[in-house]
Amino acid sequence: MSFDNAFEGLVEAGEDARWAFGTGFEDPLSGVDTTVPSDVDGADLAAYCLMLGDDALVFSHRLQQWCTNAPELEEEVALANIGLDLLGQARLLLARAGRADPVSPGRGEDSYAFFRDEHEFRNVRLAELERGDFGELIARLLVFSTWRLALFQALTASRDPVLAAVAAKGVKELTYHRDHAARWAVRLGDGTSSSRDRLSAGLAEIWPYVPELFVPHEVEARMAEARVGADPAAARAEFDDVVGRVLAAATLTRPEVAPRAGVSGRTGRDGVHTEAMGYLLAELQSVARTHPEATW
Amino acid sequence: MTRTDSATTDRARAVAETVTDPELPMLTLADLGVLREVSEVDGRVVVSITPTYTGCPAMDTMRDDLVHALETAGYRGVEVRTVLHPAWSSDWISEDGRGKLTEAGIAPPGPAPRRTPGPVPLTLVPPAPRGACPHCGSTDTETVSEFGATACRALRRCRACGEPFEQVKEI
Repeated sequence: MSFDNAFEGLVEAGEDARWAFGTGFEDPLSGVDTTVPSDVDGADLAAYCLMLGDDALVFSHRLQQWCTNAPELEEEVALANIGLDLLGQARLLLARAGRADPVSPGRGEDSYAFFRDEHEFRNVRLAELERGDFGELIARLLVFSTWRLALFQALTASRDPVLAAVAAKGVKELTYHRDHAARWAVRLGDGTSSSRDRLSAGLAEIWPYVPELFVPHEVEARMAEARVGADPAAARAEFDDVVGRVLAAATLTRPEVAPRAGVSGRTGRDGVHTEAMGYLLAELQSVARTHPEATW
Repeated sequence: MTRTDSATTDRARAVAETVTDPELPMLTLADLGVLREVSEVDGRVVVSITPTYTGCPAMDTMRDDLVHALETAGYRGVEVRTVLHPAWSSDWISEDGRGKLTEAGIAPPGPAPRRTPGPVPLTLVPPAPRGACPHCGSTDTETVSEFGATACRALRRCRACGEPFEQVKEI
């Protein structure tokens, strides 16, 4: 096969479809039966998938900001891999939201990721916090993956078969995300005085955002009741047990800091975010919004 | 919808089975266990594939390569479907595929961890790598990093011959 210029071979061209990352295949749920079970509320299911999808999308964005900033090459590769897993989970969940939503049926993952404003994002605030140092990263990754793994393990029994399948795959990935963060926490906590101080400071920084993870939003409560979603409050015991064991091995204790209140009780799940979120979305969305018709 | 299993399907399956993985080109999608089904629905070839990892960017390329191979073989209107359940496991890599990996200097995965209901156990001490060095055959190996150049590979080093190598992760 020959081309007049070097770029022709890189784009999809009818029957000559070949090596072409990022073209053509835009639907991660292509061919998957996405019929919403008849007794499940489509609007609630869509809202619920956006919550879980936004958690992954926003935290994966924070993780990719570690590219070229990690303390060693292997760690850089690890964080990029973890971020990629979460981005994959986000893609499936946002696409699932689009198939379930009776208001805008068929809305695509890109539309959700790039063309929603801050108040429409449903991620917990922990995911969006400004990137800190490596101690803060390990503290946040430990908390996030421990919490999410407990939720996903419960979701493998979801009455929505798509959500159950996404969760079953996600459990395998979150297991090694959590182990990775836990092992680093032990190395840092039980390491030098400097590494210990930095992990302690990281834990203290993110801990005010931990209680929010376990307060069910009304959509989460209804979905858990319908045995489609997982009750975040029910994940608390496993979270406390796992994080407790990791901190004990790291010779650290849980920080004692007050929870960070929302606005009139409203937090990330209600679309009420921290200052960091606007900057994050500006970076995440600006190219897609500047060139809304672009393909690449 | 009519589904037929005919000589046409067998031929289409044979074509689909020649398509290789973009990241591990020594393996076909069939060797990797990603190719789930080739069937004919209403006269069109439908190929079902399963992602190895949720975020695997190679899925796009696999789909394009499958469509390209089948269209080159004369099939029109080829459809590639994603199958999410059950989730892919490294146990699905064929014996043939394991041999090809070793030959290419990549250690095949050991048995995937068994899942039990209830909370997933925490593993604070990384398990010793399983399998042999693809260069010298020694089983005295160590882990450099659980994460490699693609989502599906870890970095190991052989203590006997000193060579670093990649291993497909057990999942």
